[in-house]
Formats: sequence, C-alpha cells, structure tokens
Amino acid sequence: MAQPLVKKDDDRDDEAEYSPFLGIEKGAVLQEARVFNDPQLDARRCSQVITKLLYLLNQGETFTKVEATEVFFAVTKLFQSRDIGLRRMVYLMIKELSPSADEVIIVTSSLMKDMNSKTDMYRANAIRVLCRITDGTLLTQIERYLKQAIVDKNPVVASAALVSGIHLLQTNPEIVKRWSNEVQEAVQSRAALVQFHALGLLHQIRQNDRLAVSKLVTSLTRGTVRSPLAQCLLIRYTSQVIRESATNTQTGDRPFYDFLEGCLRHKAEMVIFEAARAITELNGVSSRELTPAITVLQLFLSSSKPVLRFAAVRTLNKVAMTHPMAVTNCNIDMESLISDQNRSIATLAITTLLKTGNESSVERLMKQITNFMSDIADEFKIVVVEAIRSLCLKFPLKYRSLMNFLSNILREEGGFEYKKAIVDSIVILIRDIPDAKESGLLHLCEFIEDCEFTYLSTQILHFLGIEGPKTSDPSKYIRYIYNRVHLENATVRASAVSTLAKFGAMVDSLKPRIFVLLRRCLFDSDDEVRDRATLYLNTLGGDGSVVETDKDVKDFLFGSLDLPLVNFETSLKNYEPSEEPFDINSVPMEIKSQPLAEKKAPGKKPTGLGAPPTAPASTVDAYEKLLSAIPEFADFGKLFKSSAPVELTEAETEYSVNVVKHVFDGHVVFQYNCTNTIPEQLLEQVTVIVDASEAEEFSQVVTKPLRALPYDTPGQIFVAFEKPDGVPAVGKFSNMLRFTVKEVDTTTGEAEEDGVEDEYQLEELEVVAADYMLRVGVSNFRNAWENMGADCERVDEYGLGPRESLAEAVNAVINLLGMQPCEGSEVVASNSRSHTCLLSGVYIGNVRVLVRIAFGIDGPKEVAMKLAVRSEDETVSDAIHEIVASG
Amino acid sequence: MEMERMNEFPHTQMDRRPAKKDLCPSVKNILLLDSEGKRVAVKYYSDDWPTNSSKSAFEKSVFTKTLKSNARVEAEISMFENNIVIYKFVQDLHFFVTGGDDENELILATVLQGFFDAVALLLRNNVDKREALENLDLILLCLDEIVDGGMVLETDASIIAGKVATHNMDADAPLSEQTITQAWATAREHLTRTLLS
Repeated sequence: MAQPLVKKDDDRDDEAEYSPFLGIEKGAVLQEARVFNDPQLDARRCSQVITKLLYLLNQGETFTKVEATEVFFAVTKLFQSRDIGLRRMVYLMIKELSPSADEVIIVTSSLMKDMNSKTDMYRANAIRVLCRITDGTLLTQIERYLKQAIVDKNPVVASAALVSGIHLLQTNPEIVKRWSNEVQEAVQSRAALVQFHALGLLHQIRQNDRLAVSKLVTSLTRGTVRSPLAQCLLIRYTSQVIRESATNTQTGDRPFYDFLEGCLRHKAEMVIFEAARAITELNGVSSRELTPAITVLQLFLSSSKPVLRFAAVRTLNKVAMTHPMAVTNCNIDMESLISDQNRSIATLAITTLLKTGNESSVERLMKQITNFMSDIADEFKIVVVEAIRSLCLKFPLKYRSLMNFLSNILREEGGFEYKKAIVDSIVILIRDIPDAKESGLLHLCEFIEDCEFTYLSTQILHFLGIEGPKTSDPSKYIRYIYNRVHLENATVRASAVSTLAKFGAMVDSLKPRIFVLLRRCLFDSDDEVRDRATLYLNTLGGDGSVVETDKDVKDFLFGSLDLPLVNFETSLKNYEPSEEPFDINSVPMEIKSQPLAEKKAPGKKPTGLGAPPTAPASTVDAYEKLLSAIPEFADFGKLFKSSAPVELTEAETEYSVNVVKHVFDGHVVFQYNCTNTIPEQLLEQVTVIVDASEAEEFSQVVTKPLRALPYDTPGQIFVAFEKPDGVPAVGKFSNMLRFTVKEVDTTTGEAEEDGVEDEYQLEELEVVAADYMLRVGVSNFRNAWENMGADCERVDEYGLGPRESLAEAVNAVINLLGMQPCEGSEVVASNSRSHTCLLSGVYIGNVRVLVRIAFGIDGPKEVAMKLAVRSEDETVSDAIHEIVASG
Repeated sequence: MEMERMNEFPHTQMDRRPAKKDLCPSVKNILLLDSEGKRVAVKYYSDDWPTNSSKSAFEKSVFTKTLKSNARVEAEISMFENNIVIYKFVQDLHFFVTGGDDENELILATVLQGFFDAVALLLRNNVDKREALENLDLILLCLDEIVDGGMVLETDASIIAGKVATHNMDADAPLSEQTITQAWATAREHLTRTLLS
C-alpha cells in the first residue's frame, strides 16, 4: 500500500514543482527560530531562518500575537551580530512584524545606535525601520538625527530620511513641518533621487500655502531638476499652480505653459508623457496649446513599447471626447493599432477612431470591432456600445450595419449594465432614425424571447406597445408578446397584457384576436395579470358591452400620468376607503408647466427606456418634460439641474428675455424665454447667437430657433452646448437676439409680407460651478456625516481676505458652492467671531456631498475658513475644494 | 484665528487619516509570481486589498488575464479594476507592478524594469523560479530597496542590486579572514544545502 505513495512523491521531486520551501511548516520554523538565542550566533543560519519566516508571511501565513512577540524578542537578540547581511534581514523582519509600542522600546536603542553608525547602509535602513514603527513621542527624541540625515552627504541616507518624512507627515505633521529648512536644502542636492524625494516632501509640507507652492514652482522651473521623476513631480505641481491661477489668464498666455511645452523635448519618455498629459488636461485648453502635445503622443503611438502606445492612445482617447478635431491627425496611426496584440490598446484605438472618424470608415471599423468584442471586459464593451450609438446618430445612413452589430452583440453573453446599454442604444436609434424602426423592433422582440432581466423585458414590452401598433404590419409582433404571457414571471406577464391591450386599442383589425388572447389571461395564476386583463377587456369592449375605442381609452392606455408623483403618492396615502371613489383631480398640481409655444408633431413623444423620474418633484419635472419632448436633446441623458431664470434684459424693454440653464452630464442647454412686448410687431425666425469664446470647453451643438414670436405670447429658444462628460466646465457666454421683424396692423392683426432683419443685444450669461450642484438637504447632518465616513474626505484651509462681515463671507461661500445649508447654519449670530456652517448637496454624477466649514474672523476683518468635504467619491471632494480654491 | 468651534464635533480622526500621498507617483503593489500564478514574493503598499484572500484574488485575476500575452521582450500593460498593471515575464517568472489609473504609465514601467533588471543582476542572469526561491532573501531585500510604502526609492537596477549585495562586514567590526565575496558565496551555498535537506 505504501509503495505507490512513495513513488508519487519521487515523481513530484523530479517535476519542475521544485521549491526549497517545499513542505515548510510554521511550527517547525518557529522552533528553528530558537537559534536566535544561541550564545554563539551562527549568522548564516539565522539569516536562513529569517528568510523562512518572511517566506511564510509572504505566502499569507499569519502569526498569533504570542508567536509574533516571541519571534520579535528573539530577533532583537540578533543585533549582537555584526554580520551586515543578517542585520539587513533583521530590519526586514522587524518591519514585517510591526511591533506594538512597548515592543518598539526594546529595539529603539539598537536602531538609534545603527542610525549613528559609520556604515551608511545601517544608517539608511535603521532610519526607515525606526520611522516605520515609531510613534509621536519617540519621534521627538530622534528628530535631531533625522534632520541631520536629510542633509547627509550620502544620498541613500538622505533619501531614507526624506521618504520616511513623507510617511510621517500623515501622522505627525506638526513635527515634520519643522524640518522644512533641511528639506529645502535637500531640494538643491546633486543626487537625483534625493532631489525627487525632497521635492515631494517640501510640496506636501507647503501644499496648503498656495503662494509658497507657486514660488517653489517658479524657482524650480527656471533651475535644473536632475531626475526624471523629480521633473514629473514638478510638472504635476506646475499644473496645479496653473489650475489655481486660471482665473486671471484672460489677458494673454497661460503662465508656465512654456515650461510644460519645453518638457515635451526632455530626453526621458516619462517626462515627455507627463508634460503631454498635463497639457491635454489644462482647463479650457486651446487647439494651439494642444498641438505640440498631440504631436509627441502621435510619435508614441508607433513605438515598439506597448506601455508607450497604451499611454498615448489612452490620453488621446480622452482628448477625442472634447477636441475630436485635434486628434484626427493621428487617425492613420490609430488605424494600425486596431490590430495591436494588446487588446486594451486596440479597444482604445477603435473607440478613439469612432469619435474622430468619417462616414466612409464606419463599416470597416465595425468589422474589426466584431473580431475582438468577445475578448474584452464588459466595461470596455459598454464604451464601444456608447461610441457606436453616437456614431449612428452622427451618420444615420449607416444605421443598417450599426443596428446589425448591436443586435449581434445583444445575443451574446453579458451582464445587465452591458445589455441595458445595448437596448438603450437600439431604442434611441429606433426613435431618431425612422428607417431603423422595424428592424430594431424585431431585434428587441427576439431579445425578449430569451432575456434573463425582468427590468429589460418589461421596458421593451412597454416600448413595443407604443411603437409596434404604428408599424406597417403590427400583427407580426403579437406572437412575441403573447409568448411572454406563457413563459415569463408575473411581472413580465402583466406587462405583456398591457402591451396586447395597446395593440387592441390602436389597430381595429387586430381587436377580435386580441380579445381572444386577453380572455385567456383571465385564467392566469397571478392577481395583477388577471386584473389587467379584465380591465382592458372592459375598456376595449371585449366583454360584449358597447364601448368605443375612443380618445378616452387611448388616453388611459397611452397618456402619461400627468401628475407630480410625490403629490399623487401623498394623496393616495391620505385617501380613506369610503363610498366616494378616489378623485385623481384632487391631487394638487403645484407645479405650473411652461407654456409650449411650438406644437410638437404628434408621435414624437419621449419614449426612452430611462427609469421614471424620481422623487424631487418641482419645476425640474416640468423642465424635464419640456426638454425630453425635443428630439435633439433626447440623448443628452437625464436632466441634472435647471437653474432659476436669469434675466438677460432690463425690465420693460421691447423684448424681455430670461434664460434657464439646464445641465446634463455632457451637455448644457440654455432655454431663452422670450416675450415680445410690442403689439405692432411680429418677430419671425427668432434665434439667439451665442458667442462661447470665453467658454472654451463648450462647443455649440444644436440651436432650436423660434419660428414666430407674436405680441405677448412667450416662446422659447434653445441652444445646446456639448461639454466634457461629467466635468463641471465653467465659462461666459455673450448673447445676441436675431430675428426678422414684420409690422403688424393692430386693427386687423395681419402682418406685412416683408420683414427686416434685426438684432438685439442681450446681457452676458455665465455657467458657474454651482450649476453642477443640486441643493439637497439632509434631515440629520451629523448622522449623514458620520455615515458617509472619512474615506473620501478632504480638508483644507483657506484665507478669504478682508470681508465686510462674517455673515457676508458665509453667504458668499454658500452661494459659490450652491449647496443647501442644514440645521439653520446659514444664520450667523451677530458679533460672533467664528461660525460653523453645514452644507449638503448632490454633485453632478449624482454624488452626495456634505461640507462642514469653520469660519473665523480676526481684527482687520480677515476671514479664514477650514473646509472639510465628505462625499462618496474623492475626486468630487477634490472638485469641491477646487471650486473654493478658484472662486 | 478662532477655529475652536470645529472641535465641537468629535471627529479627531479626520485630520489624522492617512491621506492619499499628494501628487507623488505611487506604486500599489509589486508581484513576483510563478508560471502557475503562485506567489514567489509579493509586496502590497496600498489598502485596496486589505485581506490575504483579496490579495490572492487580485493576483489570480491578473495572472489569468495576462497569461496569454507575450510580455517577454517588452513589458506589457493592461487595466484591472481601475488599476494599471504593467508586467513582464521571463522563464517561469511573472513580474507585475500595479498603480492607480491616473498614474503615469511610464513611471510604473520604470519601476518594473528596475525590479526586473536588478533581479537579473542579483541572480546572475539565471532568472527562474528555482533560483529566485533559493535567493529569496535577495529578492525581498531588492523589493525593500525599490519602493518604500508606495514611494519610489530607486529605479536604477545596478544601484538597487548594489545596495542589496553590499555584504561587507560592519565597518566597526574586525576584518574577517575571508574576502567578502567568498564568504557570501559560501553562505549562499550553505543556505541552499540547508533548505534542500
């Protein structure tokens, strides 16, 4: 019996599976560690045992508290040995064990001795170990040595002290900040990496002092920086300074741009790339500024190194979202990357091309994408789907191949988000490209035959009910819908019943057959399905009673619920069951919808699959409705925020115009509400000419002029701008009202045949950071703050300069941020010298943000504040600080 | 300046929290795996993977997804869970360096190259799993000299290898009879034998 087992073991030894640690056991190694206590130390053997211990830890083995303490005490004995190799292993071991405070004391003196040793290697390593395990009290004892080490002539020692300083700054900032003179000196070091580490530490010490950072950058950009890493750091700091001084660049060139551009000619690739990336990320970068950066990135595209190609194509992909034209020069190089062995590079290249390419290349690109769709991850696939959707809207003639592509990938494996992205895209194409409707609907029908997501099935059934009856042959969809009634869960079945009813209502010839199907549903096992079937049979007249399929029925089936959902919910909750039926008209409307001057063509109703608008019912709902009725704005996504109207004309002028800013994720729509106050005039072809030259991140995409603006009948003009997705871009827009004016005979109301073109200057309009913030309060700020946690917290201090009063400063900051004050904290007690303000809001991207600001004012009315931001996303926390820093 | 009101809230931890290391380039982990994805030596500098099982899961996913690629001549690159991973293979060893998705790819590549070349120098170009495990002490010291708590310490392979291989005796100690190299060679041989036995 034992034979085969032994044989197997022999086999194993011969295999490549060999390891010197084969069969290693924690217990045995811990036993071996007793050699550390031998009076005559065997340095080699001790080193081997430590290596074994480290191996175990590295493999994920853990030591119990007792075991760790025993090993630690044993290891401290090894300081007696003068073997340098062993000492190095001892250092590693101590760091891995992360001893407790009382254990640290045991090794402190040994490590301090090493810190002052003649051996540089000891000094450097002892500093790193001691700083890793030390706490604040011990730190004050060794501070003197650390300051010396920072300016030590041995670069390894200096770097060790500086890097330790960077770590310690997180836990003991007040101590590390005292070293700034030494650190400043180390920045001038001739050793490349010392300069890098010193620069990193110095900047962190001074990062809250904008002036000091600016000075540091100014002096270093003129001097010489030796290591490429330090140069990369300097580029990052320079970008930060540029960002913070962005407001006063109106006059001329951007400060430090020349430095960034100069770095594009650096000999190290990492510096060239860092600079190129920094330039592409400048706020409101102009095409002139972009060009040299794009040129070097283009060279990288044909590098033999995958890392370089990836870095370049990833950066260009981002640029293509905002400045597609700037990237078109790289198209040929991008094309060759489609066949790159590295799939990440290929995907990035294709999606970039989809953003910048022309109509003729579409089909070829689609073919190439098809080849590797199965190889890439879902998140990359969604990127491709979205790129294809916008491409299809750009080149509607290509819908056939794009629709085919979408339906093919719809059949393949994929998660919910991916499938939803595809379905949403098909729905948008069906809505916007009439020719695509029939094939698109059939693709969706096929999809629900085998769809595992209830949400998608019900949404598609709803959509079919609206679009299907309007097609040339509605009957062909019935089979797909009725199959759902047999095969699906109750939610989908109920949906299918509603859809059937819609076909019955719209297509008279189908009615008898629909009745048959609905009657079968009366025997369904689910209440909701039976109820719906009964209701629809009744309303459509299928139960034998004489009911005309008239407007009422159609309104009931197709009409949207024209009520604020919140009000509706409250009314239903308040309704007490009684003889009197619930009266839907009793639901308060509260909101006044905007008058629609232009009648939309019927059938152009919003039909996207987006979830129904959520709770906050207000004017937002009305705006949302208004905007979604305009097909050009349909793919802008969900409306994030609409501003209060801003007057662009003085009171009592000939034409009165105000504007509402509607913010979407990647777009901003200006809604100009115009009123003509002159009875003798009829305005025609009314439009607003917007000059966005002071809003570089915005590019105008759509204008919806007003055909006619008669006297005293308000009308709306819409101008839509594209902006970088999710980015809180700001800018100034100047506006000019342009129209043809016709004389009107006030007695007859007839306008003359010929008109005169005219213009009317309007006030300027600004998009500010607060436009990207929703004022949403919380009921219990402290709970919300606590629950949010400190993971993405950012804290910083700001000087606000001299202010009229504390209250004025508080108000200014609240308005700047556009957030909701909580717990009445916007009210400042008179004569108080300090104040804490609590703000809450939702930032673009639906990220909840909480802010706590402590204000203080001193004698000469200088106000300072400490701003703490918590959110679910650290980039958002940073963005809030940026609003304040640049405000 | 009066900031006392800030202290009304018991949020002392908020100022002490280890923040993201500013704008400094930072490395999240360095991995050295074998041709089956098992650990030879790994070092994590970020809290993104707090437990051993999350670390193992990351290693497994990175290993599997890069397995088919040809990263033997030039380093290759990919993205996983919003991280950039740069990798290079030699024999039965797979080297990886991970950084955040906004990190400069070329800095991470330089770190990887430094590690890769330093290991080659230390193992005298016999870079394979067996050699690496037999000299695991050198590999661990090498990792220790490249990155400290996420901060790049050194990227020049010869300097890194030089620091690891400085095995002369303590300057305060009497000179040993053997030359340093001899002593170290014997030591390594001895170690191998012990581990083998």
